[in-house]
Amino acid sequence: MSFINFSSREINCKIVYYGPGLCGKTTNLQHIYGKTAADRKGKLISLATETERTLFFDFLPLSLGAIKGFNVRFHLYTVPGQVFYAASRKLILKGVDGIVFTADSQIERMDANLESMDDMRLNLAAQGYDPEKIPMTIQYNKRDLPGAAPLVEMNRLLNPGGHTWYQAVAVEGVGVFETLKDIVKKVLAEVRNSY
Amino acid sequence: MPLADFVLYEEEYGKVEAELTALCRDARITTAAVIDKNGQIIATAGETRRIDATSLASLAAGDVAAANGMAALIGETEFSVFFHEGQRDCIYMSLLAGRFILIAIFDKKVTSLGMVRLKANKATEALASALTSASSKSESGKNAVGEPLFADITSEDIDRLFGQT
Repeated sequence: MSFINFSSREINCKIVYYGPGLCGKTTNLQHIYGKTAADRKGKLISLATETERTLFFDFLPLSLGAIKGFNVRFHLYTVPGQVFYAASRKLILKGVDGIVFTADSQIERMDANLESMDDMRLNLAAQGYDPEKIPMTIQYNKRDLPGAAPLVEMNRLLNPGGHTWYQAVAVEGVGVFETLKDIVKKVLAEVRNSY
Repeated sequence: MPLADFVLYEEEYGKVEAELTALCRDARITTAAVIDKNGQIIATAGETRRIDATSLASLAAGDVAAANGMAALIGETEFSVFFHEGQRDCIYMSLLAGRFILIAIFDKKVTSLGMVRLKANKATEALASALTSASSKSESGKNAVGEPLFADITSEDIDRLFGQT
């Protein structure tokens, strides 16, 4: 649900990074935070446990600059990946405009990826969204690990809808901004079509 | 269906801001804000410089969403009023017109919860009226300006946004 404020000349949109536990969602936001100029970002808020696992969400507001006289602002959120935080994940999807599904490329995490994808589709449907129609970009993270699954196989299992996808090593920043740019384009294309 | 996109025009924004300013004055609160349930700031009034309003809005929306998740678990439809008490400052929040949240931050030495709640309840009707009007405009016409706003956004425009980041 994008929010357009004519008084402050702002377009506000919400992107949620979704995926299984330890797939690198928070790492994506940390890299974006680290590489974005101070005047274009707000605080990175992490509601995390003492062991730095996401408890509720991470939040990063970004200001991307002006387009047609409107300041374009994106709010980036992550969901907690661990299975037992299901109720929290559902809440964070409220009002989402675009999804980045971050998958863990390790073969042994493929079941977790599939479970998270199913969970996301159910939660989107519960919020009234059509999971087939919401703007989505898929990121195959941890491509540097020796046990990384072949991309063909990952696409077959996780991307039957043919969404655009990117390889990433989020901990080194590889593929992070490419993924963000792609989902921002998709969300702004929706705004363009709606207004 | 998910909530429709929300467009706020000058007229409704002015009404909401005026109500919030009056609430700050009448209830002697430090800062007042209206946000939506997704954490977007609609309007603020009072002392806003020392507060990171964007973060506050995101956390307040998460707080309300979590509380109402608990409400559902115990068989309540929703909780409508929320209160956090600190040593000096307190936060009062209440639901507004279904999809918005009124936030009032106040100093316990300057005013009281009872006063804040009373004045906030009184402001609710006018705030709800302005916000409902804005919501109807958003849902009916999508664009009350009358011409396509962003139809000519190009891929190059979007690329430029990242060039500036």
